[in-house]
Amino acid sequence: MSLVSIDDLRVSFAGTQVVRGISLTIEPGECVAIVGESGSGKSVTARSLLGLAGPGSRVEASRFLLGGENALAFGERQWRRVRGRFAGLVLQDALVSLDPLRTVRAEIAESLRRPGPSAALAPAGSTRQRVLDLLTAVGVPEPETRLGHYPHQLSGGLRQRVLIASAIAADPPLIIADEPTTALDVTVQAQILRLLAERKAAGTALLLISHDLAVVASVADRILVMKDGLVVEQGSTARVLGEPTHPYTRRLLAAVPSAASRGHRLSDGTRVTAERPRSDEVVLSASGLSFSYGTRTVAQDIGFVLHRAETLGVVGESGSGKTTLARLALGLLKPTSGTVTLLGSPWSGVTEKSRRPLRPRIQVISQNPLDSFDPRYTVARLVSDHRRLPEERIEELLEYVGLDLSFAARRPRDLSGGQRQRVAIARALGYRPDVLICDEPVSALDVSVQAQVLDLLADLQAELGMAMVFISHDLGVVHHVSDRVLVMKDGRVVESGEADDIFFDPGHPYTRELLAAVPGPVVGVAAIGE
Amino acid sequence: MAGVLAPTPWAPRLGARIVTAQLFLLLLALAAAVPSLLTPVDPLQADPLTALAPPSSEHWFGTDHLGRDVLARVVHGARFSLGISLAATGLALTAGLLLGLAAGLAPRWLDELMTRAFDVLSTLPEILFALLVIAIIGPGTANVVVAIAIAQLPNYARVVRAQTFVVRRSGYVEQAVTHGHRPWVITTRHVLPNVLGPLPVLATIGLGTAIVAAAGLSFLGMGPQPPAAEWGAMLSEARNYLRVAWWEAFFPGLAVTATVISLTVVGRRLQRRFEGRPSERGVG
Repeated sequence: MSLVSIDDLRVSFAGTQVVRGISLTIEPGECVAIVGESGSGKSVTARSLLGLAGPGSRVEASRFLLGGENALAFGERQWRRVRGRFAGLVLQDALVSLDPLRTVRAEIAESLRRPGPSAALAPAGSTRQRVLDLLTAVGVPEPETRLGHYPHQLSGGLRQRVLIASAIAADPPLIIADEPTTALDVTVQAQILRLLAERKAAGTALLLISHDLAVVASVADRILVMKDGLVVEQGSTARVLGEPTHPYTRRLLAAVPSAASRGHRLSDGTRVTAERPRSDEVVLSASGLSFSYGTRTVAQDIGFVLHRAETLGVVGESGSGKTTLARLALGLLKPTSGTVTLLGSPWSGVTEKSRRPLRPRIQVISQNPLDSFDPRYTVARLVSDHRRLPEERIEELLEYVGLDLSFAARRPRDLSGGQRQRVAIARALGYRPDVLICDEPVSALDVSVQAQVLDLLADLQAELGMAMVFISHDLGVVHHVSDRVLVMKDGRVVESGEADDIFFDPGHPYTRELLAAVPGPVVGVAAIGE
Repeated sequence: MAGVLAPTPWAPRLGARIVTAQLFLLLLALAAAVPSLLTPVDPLQADPLTALAPPSSEHWFGTDHLGRDVLARVVHGARFSLGISLAATGLALTAGLLLGLAAGLAPRWLDELMTRAFDVLSTLPEILFALLVIAIIGPGTANVVVAIAIAQLPNYARVVRAQTFVVRRSGYVEQAVTHGHRPWVITTRHVLPNVLGPLPVLATIGLGTAIVAAAGLSFLGMGPQPPAAEWGAMLSEARNYLRVAWWEAFFPGLAVTATVISLTVVGRRLQRRFEGRPSERGVG
């Protein structure tokens, strides 16, 4: 008997259908993955399995069997029995999913005390032991000391483990994981994926929701690709990734930046023809850069040179000092020691007043462009940026980034993530910078939007000849865009060199560890290339 | 065949209270602008023969100890009360905004100094502090305005300083720095406009307090001098006749109370609207 068997599932909010008739079966012990971009309806589908589609939602289906029972007839009481006992839910952001005022022990113990037969089975005295067992099962080191810790004392990876522990506490036959590794570093992501694979090996069925095909590839038996509330393609993992039949799946696969995609445009797979003018002129250089907050050193002895029209990639996990590097390069932080030179002029250790005339030469785009926009400003005003640019120039800048004048009067709040990043790029271009610092510019974007933005940056670089410092935690992205790469760890540069050398022949053990942690190779990248 | 989970959506309810308050404030504004529209009688016209007459069809609010029409005096008094408190609030708002902005942008030691000064100022009750100021600069309508403004200034300054801190550290101010804009441009184009947000709400509520303070100071004889028809001054004169003519004190008192309550109701409403809090029961 299937654990889950659903036919023609439809979910609508205020008359708008976001899930438009999908069928889903999950067998015991099977791992099914739903892949799609934001707004595809993948999360709503997963949540409706727990009766949690959301306020104001209307869920319909011609068949909706959970463990053989007809869930269409369920009331709130029955749904509560489904949650935790039949299916455990693991959410993306463990920091907001865990109660900040409760210890790890209290959090997991609550899942053990769910109403129903399992509560009767667990006598109060054994709760502590059960919690310890669960923490050990999910690979939390030193579970004894972790019992009394609060969520803020745990790292992202540990929080995710605690969340998984509470999801499996009542030993449900199904775990639903909604983007379980999205907020995590690549090495931690690898650990969590291994953990999920272990649960699967132990006989638990998994429903994995992700926007990342690579993540899914390593664990899932079957993949459903969703777009606009419909399943456009489904099949075994090897088949969907190896021989995708639907154009959307192919586009998704081609849009994943990686070593193989270098020199290709991500959005349509064509080869980049324009040759980038490379020169030996140094536009930005740093040597011996260190920075400390009080006694905590976040950057130590960093040095690099950036040539005109070149892209320098910076990779590292959270806390490795990538953003500190960006802020030092931008002259927003004063280095504790070391120097930065921009276009031959001293950039660090000079007064803000003498820096000001050079500031337009080095611009930045960040992960969350909305933060960098004055909330009262329209797109036109943001791009013009107090310089009274004529309308033609604003139009020209918007056209550079693939927008038109109809966006001029809109506010960034009403734009999509990709459009916001385009506005940020247009604003930076307005200064005709020699250097563009990109601090995780595509991390918050869907893979197809990411592809468009990366293509856009590549085109603009070829056309305008600016140099870029490209900071990202995503090794595939960095390999795709960079000429040379810095690998950072704990505030230091552990390795640097030509991108291909670093990625194909890493010298430092940490680089090797990072590369090994990248989830399985996604085949079929060149599906529509050449 | 569908599982529907739909909590009742929160819908704003146009309460009778808020409508009444707004209507009253409208009436008050009218009284302050063109008092003759509401009453044809001269508020200073004394008629000893009809002194201390109780409310009647001829004199709706009765007459005072000099035979002046109380309704006319209350209506004309609106101009003083509203005028003084509007001027005081405006002054306090402007000065508070500038000082708060300065503190928020100043180097740390100066900010510390200013903040402690605001703290000290706000430990004293507003009315007491205003009295202190009057004691130094002397009584009179203009001085009452200044005294109330100084007493209320820390409220605005503190909010503006806190807000300035937030905006100063925001991504868009940092972005403006990377564009090479001068500090003056950043302050006037980004910091100042984004700091203004909470002030209208604060000023509406502050207006109510200013009215009480104005009436209080006038009651003590520090404000507009007799025979001017000011609510506080009227109350002061009327307290000698409280036993024989309750109406002489009752109506100006009612005017003060109703004004303050109306302003508070409207202010709270604005606060909830702009701070996005759902309606609480029993308030507004």
